[in-house]
Amino acid sequence: MSRTAPALRVGTPWPALVAAPFVAHPLRYAVAVLAIAIGVALGLAVQLVNGAAVGEFAAAARQVAGDADLVVRGARAGFDESLYTAVARHPDVIVASPGVEIDAKLAGRDAVLALAGVDLFRASQLQPGWLADDADPLDLLRDDTVFLSATALTQLGVQVGDTIALQAGLGTVRLRVAGTLATGSGARGVLDIAAAQTHFGRLGRLTRIDVRLRDGVRPAAFAAALALPPGVVAERPEADGDTTARMTRAYRVNLNVLALVALFTGALLVFSTQALAVARRRAQLALLRVLGCTRGQVVALLLAEGAVVGASGALLGVAAGIGLAALALRFVGADLGAGVFRGIAPTLQIDPIATAVFGVCGFAAAVAGSVAPALEAARARPAAALKAGDDARAFDALRAPWPGVALLAAGAVAVLLPPVDGLPLFGYGAIAALLLGTILLLPRATRALLGLLPTLPGVPATLASARLRAFPAQAAVSLAAIVAAVSLMTAMAIMVASLRTSLVDWLDGILPADLYLRAGGVGDSAFLSPDDQARLRAIDGVGRIEFLRWVSLRLAAAQPPVVVLARDHVDADAEARLPLVSAIAPARDATPRAWISEPMAALHRLGPGDTLALPLGDGTTRFVVGGIWRDYARPAGAVLIDRARYIAATGDRTANDAGLWLAPGAAPGAVRAAVTALAPDGIERMTPADIRALSLQVFDRTFFVTYALEAVAVAIGLLGLSSAVGAEVLARRREFGMLRHIGVTRGEIARVLAFEGAAVGGVGLAVGGALGFAMSLILIHVVNRQSFHWGMTVDVPWGALATFAAALLGLATLTALASGRQALGADVVRAVKEDW
Amino acid sequence: MLELDRVTRRYPDANGGTRAVLDAVDLTVAAGEFVAITGESGVGKSTLLNLMAGLDRPDGGAVRLDGTDLATLGDDALTRLRRTHLGFVFQAFHVLPYLSVARNVALPLALQGVDTRETSDRVAAMLAAVGLHARAGSLPRELSGGELQRVAIARALVHRPRLVLADEPTGNLDPENAATVLDLLRTTLAASGAACVLVTHSRLAAATAARHLHLTAAGFGAPPA
Repeated sequence: MSRTAPALRVGTPWPALVAAPFVAHPLRYAVAVLAIAIGVALGLAVQLVNGAAVGEFAAAARQVAGDADLVVRGARAGFDESLYTAVARHPDVIVASPGVEIDAKLAGRDAVLALAGVDLFRASQLQPGWLADDADPLDLLRDDTVFLSATALTQLGVQVGDTIALQAGLGTVRLRVAGTLATGSGARGVLDIAAAQTHFGRLGRLTRIDVRLRDGVRPAAFAAALALPPGVVAERPEADGDTTARMTRAYRVNLNVLALVALFTGALLVFSTQALAVARRRAQLALLRVLGCTRGQVVALLLAEGAVVGASGALLGVAAGIGLAALALRFVGADLGAGVFRGIAPTLQIDPIATAVFGVCGFAAAVAGSVAPALEAARARPAAALKAGDDARAFDALRAPWPGVALLAAGAVAVLLPPVDGLPLFGYGAIAALLLGTILLLPRATRALLGLLPTLPGVPATLASARLRAFPAQAAVSLAAIVAAVSLMTAMAIMVASLRTSLVDWLDGILPADLYLRAGGVGDSAFLSPDDQARLRAIDGVGRIEFLRWVSLRLAAAQPPVVVLARDHVDADAEARLPLVSAIAPARDATPRAWISEPMAALHRLGPGDTLALPLGDGTTRFVVGGIWRDYARPAGAVLIDRARYIAATGDRTANDAGLWLAPGAAPGAVRAAVTALAPDGIERMTPADIRALSLQVFDRTFFVTYALEAVAVAIGLLGLSSAVGAEVLARRREFGMLRHIGVTRGEIARVLAFEGAAVGGVGLAVGGALGFAMSLILIHVVNRQSFHWGMTVDVPWGALATFAAALLGLATLTALASGRQALGADVVRAVKEDW
Repeated sequence: MLELDRVTRRYPDANGGTRAVLDAVDLTVAAGEFVAITGESGVGKSTLLNLMAGLDRPDGGAVRLDGTDLATLGDDALTRLRRTHLGFVFQAFHVLPYLSVARNVALPLALQGVDTRETSDRVAAMLAAVGLHARAGSLPRELSGGELQRVAIARALVHRPRLVLADEPTGNLDPENAATVLDLLRTTLAASGAACVLVTHSRLAAATAARHLHLTAAGFGAPPA
């Protein structure tokens, strides 16, 4: 029996055909795989980190509420505990468990412990087994004990039996760690409700009542029927976690969108790789058609190549994304530097849905990047495509302007549309439409811009400019990824610079005092009592002092709490001191004025002259909105009122902060020393310069991840340029071979490539810069306003952008030179004999 | 003018050794002489052209152009020698697709830094000589194969080289166009005074030349009858 020689054992040719370009140009396809992998990894990592943080909040909300059907919740300042009696006696209520929540500052440390004061017997009915087995429940009836979660024990570095010191007012409360909580994520502590009220100045106040209802009673109907005082809401137990998640959602979505831009840039890189590869293989593909391949088979072949890139990139990206998320949680934190998720330390949970979604996105991006080149290759007429020199026709399809114009028009309309569920989806859509539309118009823009090039002397410049002008569509394919990256970088640079400048201006305007004091610094357990305030006022060298009390209030169940700022003398000086961004409404009759922040105006749809009812104390106080002021510190909104009116409504004479002006000739050091002596660890002291520096430090840390994501997008753009130049040089080997024959030196060919790289980079910078400026306006006036409700003044960082442009131009030139080194080799001389 | 003195060129073979493609080949081409070289595929015709052009270096022997041993020149010097002394005509034309006909023809003059007026005059004269004066502004994609090869001939002669190397210049043309191009090559060469080495498989093309040599593994000999 004869045996077939291995070389003759041929099966279906398709695997070999799909694999051929990867074998021939492994590096080029590795770059495309890497670009997709980076996009997938960044998107998945951001999603997993944010998901871990939000999941942690939701878990915490569920654990605190136990088996409750409903939570009656008030502001952090609380509501009168008489409400508990009314709720507990309601015939539909089986169990009602009162609670007091305090973010207690650790004495002498800049850290907070989330404390819950509970009624042992009521709480156990809702959450049986919440104490560890070895704990003595009776310890929870003592007024000097606390039970801590395992996380809290670790973070505080204490064990059962140790004592912890917490700040209350300017004093210290010492509690013995009596045991551990059986359940609970995050750093939490539980103590007796009476002890909590007594130690932390909350006598007669509750912040929540957890309620279990009789079977058959619908929570929503029960909540609607409850006659709750102003500022108190009844909602699902998970709503607290939802609110936190909602408050941070815009920030998280922004990061996700940035990560997706990296994936989009990767898709453009796949597109340019495939488009140039298809142009180079045009005659080979035409031969397949001549031999009997259908158009569908050619499309399938090229899409299969895209699918291989996509699948490889997705798998690599998913693995890298999970690793990146674990590293970010460990070293950067759950908020990725933004400071929005303080006090939690979530662990990474691999979300299979998010993992699948980002994997599929990476796969789809690579396949989508292959669609246009595949369709073009299938449409080509084989007879024409077989001839050498037909390569340029591969890009003919890019010449039609209408898809690009239509996308630009759609983008212009989208910027006018309102947010969707609090998210600027149309704003993002407008940016995507602008980006895609510009990329589709790149051949025309490239032709127009290259037409402006001056006629430079010398053969290299002449050859390079003639080629770029003759084949703008090919240059545009090389440019797509770089334009996307440059526009993103420019837009983000302008937006971040504008926000930073506006923040600096805002800080300069709102910090007129010489020294600022804050009781505790963090948490809400510290405060300045009337006696403390008197002692501060009496310090020698203090010319003037004003106090501020801030409390959070729930104005609506669907909205996060707003911060009420009650400051001395507001009625007299608000117009002069606030950074107002609206018209000023006069006081009406005897109704006092309140001054609301930009986020509050947007979230609660209020404007100057509107009436605002604030649930202060046990009643409601009405105000006229006097004006809207710029505020970057409280994203859920803030309202400023005169402290005298706050005291009249609530009887609360405590304060959190103080602004202190020195008397003429007073020594700042002596005044600071006197404040320190009053409460060595209990009062945080900062000058306006300290606050400014700290704020900018937080700002820069917040945008660090943003910068990192931008840098990745730019790196992918440069990889795209490198890949495209490499592919073009390969396709132009015969051209360079001929030039070497007729007497063009290697140096002159290098100059041709350098000139082309610089010109293409210059066009990329010009188009990307203009597009980036337009995108920055959308970011500032649409995305930021709809996400965070911030206004800001546009500030273009010319110096930074010029440096970036020069660096990119240099890198583009070097990239073109490095990628084109094949054009300088000896084998191009032999290429004049090649048919393809 | 061109002298090949016992030129040898070896290439690595599959067994790790080397194989001589050209072995001690001698050839002399006088100024203005038109020499055709035929031979079977793989016998080393293109290698010979690359050695004459200084695009490849022999493993033995010497290639001298106007008395200069090309082995003594560096890459840049060889490039500049090609720029001034040589012209090339390729089988696949290799006309730059993004330059007009006139600018393609002007390329060797631009490389030598010839001024604009003289360049215009010489390009116009050359295009007239190859019958493409009316197509000066056309792009290569608007031309037929025969016309493209005429552009290539004009480009090969416009800078008045001492030697033109033509590698299968009619290989991509139909017989009628091939005859036209060969006739044009012969007359323009005669007019310019340049020598020419034509490598071809075509007996018809070889017959155009004043001297016809046949290359075999043993070296040059008379063409088979």
